[in-house]
Amino acid sequence: MKTAEEILARIKTALPEAGVEVAPNPSPSAQHSLLLSPASAVAVASFLRDDAELSLDYCSNATGVDWPGKEITEKVKVAKLVEGVETLVEEAVKRVEPGYLEAVYHLYSVKHARREIAGPVVLRMRTGNRTDQVTLPSLTPVWRSVEFQEREIFDLFGIVFAGHPDLRRILMWDEYEDHPMRKDYIDPDDYEYEPTPHDEVLKRAEMRKTEATV
Amino acid sequence: MLGEGILKGLGETAKNFAGSFVSKERLTTVQYPEERVAPIENTRDFPFLVYDGDDKLAGLRCVACQICEKECPPKCIYIVKSTDKKPDFVGKPQIYPARFDIDISVCMSCQICVEVCPFEAIKMDTEFELSTTDRFGGLLFDRDHLAKSNEHYHRIHPTEAAEVDARLAEEKAKVEAKAKAAAEAAAAKAAATPVAKPAPVKESGA
Amino acid sequence: MTATAFKTYRPPVMEVSEAGDELLEVAMGPHHPSTHGVFRMDVALDGERVVKLKPVFGYLHRNHEKIAEKASYLASMPYTDRLDYFCSLTNNWAYALAVEKLAGLEVPERAEYIRVITAELTRIQNHASAIGFLMQEMGASGTPLMYAFREREKILDLFEELTGSRMMCNYMRFGGCRVELPSGWLEKVKTVVSGLPHFIDETEALLTGNEILMARSQGVGVLKPDLAVNAGVTGVMLRCTGVNYDIRKVDHYGIYDRFKFRVPLGDHGDIYDRYMLRVLEMRESVEILKQALKDIPAGPIMDPKSKIRGFRPKPGEAYGRIEAPKGELGFYLISDGSPNPYRYRVRPPSLINLTILEDMCLGQNVADVVLIFGSVDIVLGEVDR
Repeated sequence: MKTAEEILARIKTALPEAGVEVAPNPSPSAQHSLLLSPASAVAVASFLRDDAELSLDYCSNATGVDWPGKEITEKVKVAKLVEGVETLVEEAVKRVEPGYLEAVYHLYSVKHARREIAGPVVLRMRTGNRTDQVTLPSLTPVWRSVEFQEREIFDLFGIVFAGHPDLRRILMWDEYEDHPMRKDYIDPDDYEYEPTPHDEVLKRAEMRKTEATV
Repeated sequence: MLGEGILKGLGETAKNFAGSFVSKERLTTVQYPEERVAPIENTRDFPFLVYDGDDKLAGLRCVACQICEKECPPKCIYIVKSTDKKPDFVGKPQIYPARFDIDISVCMSCQICVEVCPFEAIKMDTEFELSTTDRFGGLLFDRDHLAKSNEHYHRIHPTEAAEVDARLAEEKAKVEAKAKAAAEAAAAKAAATPVAKPAPVKESGA
Repeated sequence: MTATAFKTYRPPVMEVSEAGDELLEVAMGPHHPSTHGVFRMDVALDGERVVKLKPVFGYLHRNHEKIAEKASYLASMPYTDRLDYFCSLTNNWAYALAVEKLAGLEVPERAEYIRVITAELTRIQNHASAIGFLMQEMGASGTPLMYAFREREKILDLFEELTGSRMMCNYMRFGGCRVELPSGWLEKVKTVVSGLPHFIDETEALLTGNEILMARSQGVGVLKPDLAVNAGVTGVMLRCTGVNYDIRKVDHYGIYDRFKFRVPLGDHGDIYDRYMLRVLEMRESVEILKQALKDIPAGPIMDPKSKIRGFRPKPGEAYGRIEAPKGELGFYLISDGSPNPYRYRVRPPSLINLTILEDMCLGQNVADVVLIFGSVDIVLGEVDR
């Protein structure tokens, strides 16, 4: 089974304008992934499925990941006027790096199943940010298996897949308006009854108690 | 012949039906609750706290380290530490739980609390007929309800309880041997100086 | 946080069929005796024929993946029991396999043999129950199901003795198994396994030549191999079309290389093939069990490097999969070095196998929809997580 670099080389020879690069994976599983640019994703996916040697005709898993934005503090040398003399002063500049949502696909080959396999071929696609640039091309026309899974990613993360035949919520009810698997999702506290209080639930219950007595 | 497969199948069913009148192994239904199946030893239902001896509080093994509370997946354990101390099974003063609540309507009997407890204080019970009409209070077990004796533990899980007792006895013997060695060293030191009287050696444990 | 604007898709309600009549839209709703759990199918019918079918689920959604992000790796293990609640030990194995790939742990030999024995016992009781439920929907009112449950009780008693619980076993750990086999357990397994061929023969005598079964299931719900592969269908559903893909043989996970067993394949891709495949797979599992019970070695059951508390794998990600009785069960984990996983994903075979439910049911009678759905063998705990 080819490594991620070999597959990348093969894609580049077939589709030179495709924006593909290798995203390394530091864990012992050594399942490195290919980061696709959304513009050429469908072309690359079709190539991976139809190529005679790779023949990755079975997409086993499609899932989403939420990477929230990070606040980065950098030390930047800024030219400032200090006592009339222009000097380079080191300043701590805060910058918010926008987070992104990610769709990850795991591919296997059924046609060449008897080859020595090291692991799945992993594809990734990233959105622009988490608020308004959340559209990615759908890979359902290439592999039908991702149809329900892309609906689930849309439901739980909020990535809108362009080209999906039937994009609507799958696990939550249709009128629901939040995306539960995002990292900044706040649990509703109107459950039937509270279990023994811990952490957040305890804090909230104590706040309610002090509010009630005031 | 059309219908041959169906007749063959009916023959199997007839064999089972007629056989259930004569052979014991074809009669698989147990008329619960008049009859019961023999309980299997390793079964686990809900946790309970173990105490040694007769006194629920004095012999309680739990030292309120709260490891089970942290590792419990649905967070059904609630522990409040005590402010005073009591001696544990080797005689060392330890804190004990002032409150130890398990909400068994949340508990999923996964037995991770038993696995992570370093003091062999919490074990799994085998009682499952716990239904009650009080939906909230009746299913919240407090420390006195949960504390059951070591004899009870031996009755429900004999092999496991025997292993636990062997481990605890070993630990106790090690602590006693260390205390003895320390006391002998102190006595030898005191004997070397003729002015000071040797301190009385306290034998720990009962 | 802003929710993105989207249009809710509503399937058109009353279309007009070729004959000029209106179509009847039926919700084979969540309260249904034959839908294997809370599952709904919006079916548009032209008389008795199915014109459109949309599956609707999410009634059992417990957001297991979010719970796992807040809990530690070990605390997720009892929750995996509750995914496919019939086969808790294979769920445990799949999760343990993914974590072992992520953290680079090795499993000792005895633990691998125990895993194979428990997994094959799980497979047998799952296939027996699946056949029983399929027959129940066909109208056999419970007789094959009760025979299957008779054997299943013996297997569940074995699980209770080993793990403490009949169905929610929580037995596998990262790097091995939780507890050593109790004394006398292997003999009990051997007794049960020696009685299994007789049970499978009895089931076959009861069902395989049965004319009602053959008339109702042969040629019904046909699936083509290309569509099956492209739709990501795995397990018995894929092999009934003739595609030779069994993850035990393809991935060589665990120690399955040491056992000689065959993989049954179907010719037609209909319900009868799936029934026969389950029977044949039960026979092959009995073969694997006989070999494993003979060869199981003595030794440790846990990797000495693994920790129960404070387990922190290095940052990275891993995807591990096994051949669960229902199909390919995979776990995708992303770790960021903390004791909780950053992303925890279950790849549920039942959900993916439902992708082609509509394709299989188009043009069939509504009575066959229930049979086709039963032959897919899903469990809602897995579909909804």
